[in-house]
Amino acid sequence: MNYKTENIKQITVAKPLKLDCGQTIKEFPIAYETYGKLNKEKNNAILIFHALTGDQFVTGTNPVTNKEGWWNTAVGPGKAVDTEKYFIICANVLGGCMGSFGPKNINVLNGEPYGLKFPVITIRDMIKAQESLLEHFEIKKLLSVLGGSMGGMQLLQFCALYPDKTFSAVPIASTASHNAQQIALNELARQAIMSDPLWNKGNYYKDKKIPKNGLAVARMAAHITYMSDKGLQERFGRKLQEKKDYEFTFDADFQIESYLRHQGNVFVDRFDANSYLYISRAMDYFDLSKQFKNGLAEAFQNHKTRFLIISFSSDWLYPTKNSKDIVIALNASGTNVAFAEIKTDKGHDSFLVNEPEFLETLKGFLDSNFEIFKNEK
Amino acid sequence: MKNEFKIIINLLPIQSRILDVGCGDGTLIEALIKQKNIDARGIELEENKVKQCISKGLSVIQGNAETELRQFPNKAFDFVVLSQTLQAFYQPENVLNELLRIGKKVIISIPNFGYWQVRTSLLLFGKMPVTKSLPDYWYNTPNLHMCSIKDFYQFCDKKKIKMDRIIGINNEKISSINRINLEIKNLLSEVGMFLIS
Repeated sequence: MNYKTENIKQITVAKPLKLDCGQTIKEFPIAYETYGKLNKEKNNAILIFHALTGDQFVTGTNPVTNKEGWWNTAVGPGKAVDTEKYFIICANVLGGCMGSFGPKNINVLNGEPYGLKFPVITIRDMIKAQESLLEHFEIKKLLSVLGGSMGGMQLLQFCALYPDKTFSAVPIASTASHNAQQIALNELARQAIMSDPLWNKGNYYKDKKIPKNGLAVARMAAHITYMSDKGLQERFGRKLQEKKDYEFTFDADFQIESYLRHQGNVFVDRFDANSYLYISRAMDYFDLSKQFKNGLAEAFQNHKTRFLIISFSSDWLYPTKNSKDIVIALNASGTNVAFAEIKTDKGHDSFLVNEPEFLETLKGFLDSNFEIFKNEK
Repeated sequence: MKNEFKIIINLLPIQSRILDVGCGDGTLIEALIKQKNIDARGIELEENKVKQCISKGLSVIQGNAETELRQFPNKAFDFVVLSQTLQAFYQPENVLNELLRIGKKVIISIPNFGYWQVRTSLLLFGKMPVTKSLPDYWYNTPNLHMCSIKDFYQFCDKKKIKMDRIIGINNEKISSINRINLEIKNLLSEVGMFLIS
C-alpha cells in the first residue's frame, strides 16, 4: 500500500472546509488522475467519482498496484467513455488512502498518523473537497459526471450542490439514501475490521502490523454482495478447488471459498482498514432527501442537468428500486431524465465488467449529449 | 415517418411540454424537438428501444405505462400522446385516467375496429381481421381491448371527457369527425385520433 509520491498527482485545497461533523479542515491534499486532453473550448471534460474501494486510477495501469485501472472496461481509447474524445478527471475521495487526505496521513500537530483522530466525513464533504479540481482546471461546466455505487451517491450530491456545473449526469447502480440492508452490510464489514486485534483502535501504522484478517473478511463479505446468486452459481457452483473430493477440513475445498480468500488477500495490500471504516460510514450517513425540506425532488428543482439513470436487473445491493426512486424524484421536479434497467446476471458489479448493453447505452448517451452540449454554446 | 406522427406534430404548439407514452425508438420525440422546439419526453417498455432513444440524446424512461405513470405529478405535461397502444393495456380505463391526470390535454389514437375492412373480414370470411393497422394474428396480437371510433366516442361521452377534436385517418387522407358524420367515418377510417381533456 506504500506508493511512490511521484506517481500521485495532488492539489492542495487551501480554503477551509467546514465538515458536516463540525470540524474544519484546510490545506489538505486531494489526489487525482486525468486521461485524454481538455479541448480548447473546455467542453469535453467528464468527472468520474469512484466507489468505496476505488481510486483515481480509472484506466490503463494503476502505477501503485501495477494492476488494471478499475474501470478499464468502460474508459479508454475508443471505449464507451472515449479518452481520445473526452478529458477524464477522477479524484481519490476525502478519507481515501491513495494520496488524498485520509486517516493514514500524518497529523502535523503530533507527527503521528491520524487514525481514529481523523474527523468522520460525509459524501457531501467528499464533494466539497473535490470541487476545487474544477477551479484547478478552469472548467466552468463539465460535459458529464459519472459514477457507480458510492460514485453515484457522490454524483447526486455534486448535482444537488452545484446544479450549473455539469451538463449531464449518469448515476449507475446507486441510491439517494442508504437503506437498512446497505447499512447492515457496511456494519458487518466494519465489525470484521474492528474485531481484528491488530486493528488496535485504529493505531496500527507504526508497527506495520495491519489488521489484515479483519480487512480481508470485510472484503470477502462485501464481494458476495457485488455478485448475483445466478452469477455465482454459474461461475462456481459446487466446483472443488484443484481436488477430486472433500478433504474433511476447513481449508478451501470449494472454488468459491478459494476465490473469496484470494479477493480478501489481494485487497489488504492496497487498501487501508481505517479508510474502509471512514468511507463506509460516509455511505451510511448519505441521505440526500434529508438535506431538503420537501424531500428528494427539491434537490433537483429547476435543474437543467440531463440525467441518465442506469440500474442492473440482478443487482440486489443497490436494486432497481433505488434507481427508480431517483427517477421519480427527477420526474417530480421536471428534470430531464432517461432511465434504463440493463438485464444481466452480473449483479452490482455489472458496471465494472464487460456488459455490452450497458456500455453501448453509456456511450450513446455521452456521445449524443456531447453534440447537444457543443451546439448549445 | 407515419402520417399519424405528421398530424401530431402539426397539432402540437411550439415549446410545449409533452410526454410520448410508448415512444418506441423515439422518432416522434426527435421530430418534435427538432421541428418545434418542444420539450418532449418518453416512456417505453422495451430495453432495446430505450437504448436507441438514449443514443439519440432523448429523455426516455424505461418502464410500463400501465403501472408507472403514477410517478408524474398532476398536469406535468401540456400534452400526453398515446399512439395506438390503449387497446394493449390490461386496464385501459385506468391508464386513460392517468393520462388525463398528468396531461392538460391528451392525444390518443386507436386502430378502428369499426373500419370496413375489419368488419368485412369477420362478416364475410368469419375470420379475425388482419389489416395494415392490425397486422397481427389472433394468437400473437398484443391487443386485448379493441374498440371502434364510435365506441371510444361514446365512452368519452359517458365519462364526460371533453373531445376537443377528432380526426379520422385513412392512409394519407385525414378528415374531421363530429357527432353528425360519426357513423360513416367510423366505417371509413382505419385509425381514429382524439384530442381530449
